[in-house]
Amino acid sequence: MEFAELIKTPRVDGVALHRPFMPTVEGTLCLTGHHLILSSRQDNTEELWLLHSNIDSIEKRFVGSLGSIIVKCKDLRMIQLDIPGMEECLNIASSIEALSTLDLLSLMYPFFYRPMFEVIEDGWNSFLPEDAFKDLESMTDEWRLSEVNKDFSVCPSYPPLVAVPKYVDDDTLKKAATFRHGGRFPVLSYYHKKNGMVMMRAGQPLTGTNGRRCKEDEKLINATLRPGKRGYIIDTRTINVAQQAKARGGGFESEANYPQWRRIHKAIERSNILQESLIKLVEACNDQSHSMDRWLSKLEASNWQTHVKEILTTACLAAQCIDREGASVLVHGTEGTDSTLQVTSLAQIILDPACRTIRGFQGLVEREWLQAGHPFQQRCAQSAYSNSKPRQEAPSFLLFLDCVWQILRQFPCSFEFSEGFLVLVFEHAYASQFGTFLGNSTAERAKLSLPEKTVSLWSWVNRPQELERLTNPLYEANSLVIWPSVAPQSLLLWEGVFLRWNRSSKCLDEAYEEMGHIIAYNKELQNKVNSLRRQLAQLETEDPLLQSP
Amino acid sequence: MEHIRLPKVENVRLLDRVSPRRSRVGTLYLTATHTIFVENKTGVRNETWVLHSLVCSVEKQAAAASGCSLLIHCKNFQVLHFVVPREQECHDVHLSLQRLSQPERHTELYCFSYKPNVDEKERCQEWDFLDLKADYSRMGLPNSLWKLSPVNQHYKVSDSYPADLFVPASATPPVIVGSSKFRSRGRFPTLSYYSKENHAAICRSSQPLSGFSARCLEDEQMLEAILRSNPCSDFMYVVDTRPKLNAIANRAAGKGYENEDNYSNIKFQFIGIENIHVMRNSQQKICVVVTACELRSPSMSDFLEGLESSGWLKHIKAVLDAGIFIAKAVAEEGVSVLVHCSDGWDRTAQVCSVACVLLDPYYRTLRGLMVLIEKDWVSFGHKFSHRCNHLVGDPKEVSPIIDQFLECVWQLMEQFPCAFEFNARFLITIHSHIYSCQYGNFIGNNQRERIELGLRERTHSLWSYLWKNQADYINPLYRPDHSQTQGLLRPSTAPYCFKFWRGLYNRFDQGMHPRQSVEDYLRAIREETQQLEEQLASHKQVGPGVVYIHDVPLPGLLRCRWKFRGMPVFSANVCFLPSFLWRDLPRSYVGSIITKGVSEYPERVPPMGRF
Repeated sequence: MEFAELIKTPRVDGVALHRPFMPTVEGTLCLTGHHLILSSRQDNTEELWLLHSNIDSIEKRFVGSLGSIIVKCKDLRMIQLDIPGMEECLNIASSIEALSTLDLLSLMYPFFYRPMFEVIEDGWNSFLPEDAFKDLESMTDEWRLSEVNKDFSVCPSYPPLVAVPKYVDDDTLKKAATFRHGGRFPVLSYYHKKNGMVMMRAGQPLTGTNGRRCKEDEKLINATLRPGKRGYIIDTRTINVAQQAKARGGGFESEANYPQWRRIHKAIERSNILQESLIKLVEACNDQSHSMDRWLSKLEASNWQTHVKEILTTACLAAQCIDREGASVLVHGTEGTDSTLQVTSLAQIILDPACRTIRGFQGLVEREWLQAGHPFQQRCAQSAYSNSKPRQEAPSFLLFLDCVWQILRQFPCSFEFSEGFLVLVFEHAYASQFGTFLGNSTAERAKLSLPEKTVSLWSWVNRPQELERLTNPLYEANSLVIWPSVAPQSLLLWEGVFLRWNRSSKCLDEAYEEMGHIIAYNKELQNKVNSLRRQLAQLETEDPLLQSP
Repeated sequence: MEHIRLPKVENVRLLDRVSPRRSRVGTLYLTATHTIFVENKTGVRNETWVLHSLVCSVEKQAAAASGCSLLIHCKNFQVLHFVVPREQECHDVHLSLQRLSQPERHTELYCFSYKPNVDEKERCQEWDFLDLKADYSRMGLPNSLWKLSPVNQHYKVSDSYPADLFVPASATPPVIVGSSKFRSRGRFPTLSYYSKENHAAICRSSQPLSGFSARCLEDEQMLEAILRSNPCSDFMYVVDTRPKLNAIANRAAGKGYENEDNYSNIKFQFIGIENIHVMRNSQQKICVVVTACELRSPSMSDFLEGLESSGWLKHIKAVLDAGIFIAKAVAEEGVSVLVHCSDGWDRTAQVCSVACVLLDPYYRTLRGLMVLIEKDWVSFGHKFSHRCNHLVGDPKEVSPIIDQFLECVWQLMEQFPCAFEFNARFLITIHSHIYSCQYGNFIGNNQRERIELGLRERTHSLWSYLWKNQADYINPLYRPDHSQTQGLLRPSTAPYCFKFWRGLYNRFDQGMHPRQSVEDYLRAIREETQQLEEQLASHKQVGPGVVYIHDVPLPGLLRCRWKFRGMPVFSANVCFLPSFLWRDLPRSYVGSIITKGVSEYPERVPPMGRF
């Protein structure tokens, strides 16, 4: 298929662009296969380059022969294009609609994008499972890297290499996989160096109504327990939902068959409810009524903050079991690709200081989301402005980022990255020139040859100039577990994402800049003093007489 | 002393309100001024002090097997839950505290017995620290347009107004007196703020006694005089801060609002801020929400619903909206404004002072905010004694009007982080001391009462205490030359810009606040920077060629020192613990399922209420 077929009018002159907090720009609108471009004849105005894949939906309005298109983006921005001429406007609108809803992955922009920067380190190779395992090996010899899934036949959503208990063989894994939703047998998610406890994740066990059991599954997870120790299974569903799952062949681990495990049910909502919540929240943020009652009631009705609280609470609980109770934990929900990953990844943010660095966080997203088979393609196909019937969209990953932001707000000096990094990751998960978030699993990414044909987001991020921009000036590494507060008063609306386009952030940005100045000036003086100190030390060794002034 | 039925009770438990199992056992002492709880634990001397004047209510619950519960709610939003072993003891403590926390005479107030180690000369100087006349001359007054009027000397015209008042140069004493007779409680229109740049002024008064048709020539002349004192403008605004319905209802009682037909060149405007009773109920509701959220496992919905139904943020927004209207009229249109409500000492004080903060960068400095409170609140007769319930009195007179002003300032600080010289701790400290009665500043209802009580002669002034401790109250992001600091502030009043002030309402719930404070970190960095600057300067003094560094701690050591300093005694709103001192224990995340030991909470040590 040629993009040209979809572009009815490639170019219109005299188009006015309205953006929040920016002056109106007039210029020429061009449509290319992947971008909507508005370039102005004035020299000093910025051009707009908008990826079609970032467009969530559009709205058309006509006043006489002047048409307006309101473009609503997945990053929650709204822009308005005033296009002279009814026909042009209709053509542009239908072209945008067609180009922004292409289903074929191989037509996506990352396959066409060529980096304009020097790749210092190929992000596709930065976080391979075998490298992560080397770190694990340096701490314990109780685990091995299994190749049982090397052709993705045991579990299509798992990577080819997974860490499992050393003395559990591949046949056992294969049998356990048949007992778990989507073949997602329990695998290692995190090893807590301090006490050797682990966190594992899986899909739900397929017990069904007649209470099926699987010795291999029991053996697999029991192999992770120290003698005489009990572990916790954190089921991210309420007991009722878990019960109902039995009718569809799913279920949960019974006490009888898993006597060494204690089950805790927590309620994290499922994808369609989360998507609805996002839509309502964004609608509330865009409400122009200026009524306090209306805002608070809409915010409450969206339930977004409730979801943040539930997810964070469950992650804290998992972390608490591991760090304070000295127990290993298995986390699962239904498929094990959404709420499970939210919990396991957030627990690591709390427990593991390495995950709070820029590189460590990339590694966490790779391990716990991309390689763990979170279906990004399906979940991020549409965002809050979508009018089409929701299919498998859900802001699971955005909720994870929101929770990280909440912890960052409570521990502002404990993260190497700034809020901007989280916003960047959010944007790229929904629309990007990079291939990182394309596809739903490692298997799909391999099939599409993404590592060969596209550039990784991390290749771009891991360059000095970007790293500098994303670094939190307040960061001072600390090696401790950080326990966030989950009280309602402590959880805030993530303004940097949800109010980003609704209110000017000028004053807040200035404050952030000022903070940077204060710290940079301090560093500068420190360097000066230190260099003087060195000079002094040198003089002292050269001339012993100078030693006592 | 005669009110203390029982000076000491042993084996009292102080419950941790979040996880009751983490309670502390100790001895409870009642003194003339404080309730003191001393923990029985060898090695640590953990004390909790609560000032009687900060106690808002004492509640005794039915006796249970474990003892008898005594709940103390404080005006600074601290809540203490004691369990006293024997009911009789609890009863005695309850009765004593009820009496001690509700003094009947001014002389019983803490400020008269508070004696810090300061000699008499110094104490007198404390009161000279702020001078309102200096603020008026900073505005450029008196000048050819505005004069200092002696008309209210000895409080003859209005007993709730200050003695020194600025009025239009053309207003003669008969006009002023005539106008005062046409205004509630004689509170005639007088100057609150004057803008040197464009001559526009903010004036304040009480409502006119217009009824359905009454008019007063002198009052009309008074407004005419105000209008004439602004040569650049041919009209002025009259802002009635009440909801229109309330103002209309007042007409039946012979009061009301200005008829535009009777006054030349005024534009009349209602701004619906609710009355003191609505505000009192609203804050009570918010306190219930906050307390409820501490006790059981709270849901986000409960909290947000409670926040909405309390209406609190809606009222804060209304006050700020009114302030913005006036500030814009003055700064952008150059038009003078007369503001009133009913008596002109509640909503009027709020709106005038909020407008001043928006208009004039001076009022966003440490000293400026003190001057502003002294001017628009203390001198103009905001009834602190009644509104803050300093003495036992009519509960219907109590209302958190000044709280709302402080919160408006806090909301602005959230939007303009570089524009204020002071930090939130400053506001919270002021809030506490408005209620604590430790200083003489907020005792009584007006200037006349304060002079009668001899407060200047017998008590200490908060302002000088704050000034001496200013290092604790400086916002490290403030820079006088920052663009954000200049001129008129233009805040957004979209509903989502208003936040719940956790730092005030949950001040004593340490676990709810960020565990690391950016502000304290920056303050430490700046301190260190200063020391580095000194080191470098001293090097330069020694001169080139010779390298000599004074024996000063290494930067690294300095930072350690900061880390130990990290927790100021009087700042529960920030609890920055140095990372190597963290005892950050997990909170209760389990909810209904209790697994053994999983629900441990960090031990929350309530900060000393000793001030």
